Amino acid sequence: MNLNEFLHMGGYAFYVWTSYGIALLVLVVNIILPARQRTKILANIARKARRARSES
Amino acid sequence: MIFSNFFHKMASPKHFYRIAGRLIPWLAGACLLLVLAGLYYGLLVAPPDYQQGDSYRIMFIHVPAAWMSLFIYVVMAGAGAIGLIWRIKLAEVITISSAPVGASFTFLALVTGSIWGKPMWGTWWVWDARLTSELILLFLYLGVIALHSAIEDRRMAARAVAILALVGVINIPIIHYSVEWWNTLHQGPTVTKFDKPSIHLSMLIPLLLMAVAFKLYYVFVVLMRARCEVLERERNTGWVRELAEEK
Repeated sequence: MNLNEFLHMGGYAFYVWTSYGIALLVLVVNIILPARQRTKILANIARKARRARSES
Repeated sequence: MIFSNFFHKMASPKHFYRIAGRLIPWLAGACLLLVLAGLYYGLLVAPPDYQQGDSYRIMFIHVPAAWMSLFIYVVMAGAGAIGLIWRIKLAEVITISSAPVGASFTFLALVTGSIWGKPMWGTWWVWDARLTSELILLFLYLGVIALHSAIEDRRMAARAVAILALVGVINIPIIHYSVEWWNTLHQGPTVTKFDKPSIHLSMLIPLLLMAVAFKLYYVFVVLMRARCEVLERERNTGWVRELAEEK
């Protein structure tokens, strides 16, 4: 089987690759969101702690 | 003794946060390996279907995603019940952390099913029992997420969400048996039948690889989300402040 044949998916290329593409996108976004959120929360808490210290 | 000690530690937010942080990279690595193996066997090794040609390869995403949509809902509602009855904070955290992952898998099951339906059934969508009940599942997940964000107090929100999730459990057997109870375009189960599964081994292997991979994916992503939720809940404690300032 050559690469073209593989990508062609027996004529169902659009359906197969769209499905796999959407799945990849959704699964990757679900990893990025909580990773970024954790950094944001920690930065937020650190900022508040510093402010509280400088005020007192 | 060791076991009870382990559970006691896991129930403390600080230890949960630490242990989850250590587990996540291993689970993610194992998940990635299984996905790659599943893709290899599913896209390259398994032969085309004699009726559906290559379009059936959507199954390797669609079916595990649909299984996960049900599995995660049961975990979410189960953790919700544990949180309601025993007031275990960690159970509340798992309930709310599961909802976005479950919603994502439900969305994937619906979308890939629709994309598969177009060439096979000639339509993107029909209002039959299987598709409609799966759509209701998506709305249940979205309802859980919306309800949680609408209530300020996190513990109160967790309780409300658990009750909503438990009421929605009624939908789970409806989805599962919908293809048997009603006439539908959707095919019946081929793997979870009690007699021999009517699927060839070359197709069953990638299907199971992807199913295990998705399960691992859920575990590590729910742990990532749970860590965020723990940080939010414990933001005024000493250990979280120390952790934040270390960075």
